[in-house]
Amino acid sequence: MGGCPLRIGVTVFPGSNCDRDALHAVERMGADPIELWHADPDLKNVDAVIVPGGFSYGDYLRPGAIARFAKVMFPLEDFARSGGPVLGVCNGFQVLTEAHLLSGALLRNTNMRFICDRVRVRIENTGTPWTAGCEVGEELTLPVAHNEGNYFADEATLATLEDEGRVVLRYLENPNGSVNDIAGVCNEGRNVVGIMPHPERVSDPALGSEEGLRILESVLVGAGV
Amino acid sequence: MKIRVLVRPKSGILDPQGEAVRSALPALGFSGIETVHIGRLIELEVESADEVDAMCERLLSNPTIEEYEWEVVH
Repeated sequence: MGGCPLRIGVTVFPGSNCDRDALHAVERMGADPIELWHADPDLKNVDAVIVPGGFSYGDYLRPGAIARFAKVMFPLEDFARSGGPVLGVCNGFQVLTEAHLLSGALLRNTNMRFICDRVRVRIENTGTPWTAGCEVGEELTLPVAHNEGNYFADEATLATLEDEGRVVLRYLENPNGSVNDIAGVCNEGRNVVGIMPHPERVSDPALGSEEGLRILESVLVGAGV
Repeated sequence: MKIRVLVRPKSGILDPQGEAVRSALPALGFSGIETVHIGRLIELEVESADEVDAMCERLLSNPTIEEYEWEVVH
């Protein structure tokens, strides 16, 4: 307490549309919101990064496929590989899978519809910087808004994820066909987390709920703030 | 030279688009449709085909969920 506030970066790609919500949520957490433009060559000394939702590069080719090669992704990959906390939300999750920072891929929802709803999810793993302030088994109600949220990984990868406890969030009622009801996973180092639900959209009383801060503020716990 | 790349879901991967089309065809009176799979056709004009495989693996397809094949068109 009393030290410098944590600097939390939010990447902005052409077509990102949750970046401002994420920056606002960071402000609500009492951290310093730092915009990271897609063409930035470095991460401006941030302590953590959120890759927000949206339709980066119009979802051309595949969601996240083009953003993955944006200039800012190169320092971000170094940051992630050296243990820096990174959270991908929705399209951000898709970007992190395309960048091979997370296993698996997000397929079209099985019902072929864009799903915009609130879903119940359960925290499965509190060993990540983005769930360290939660409790295992804790249930949250979070918004989802996606067309490709159907998490897929081949059997061997899935077995590894489950055996190593790398499923971070699970749907109580699966909205999109995700294998094993997976709503979020982390990497081997547990510092990179991708989730389909949007915690930043429920991070202010004006939005009807602050439950999203349970996830976002977790990053302050690990930093000892 | 002109290259035609075909990218499609790996076999066994759920293909909701194909499934939606498969169930829509009978509504138009077509019968006997067993499966429909939907992929993506990408045409490139390149000086050499040397790096087409690398392009397919790194960007044009996602090897986690898709397979690809390509041919020289002319």
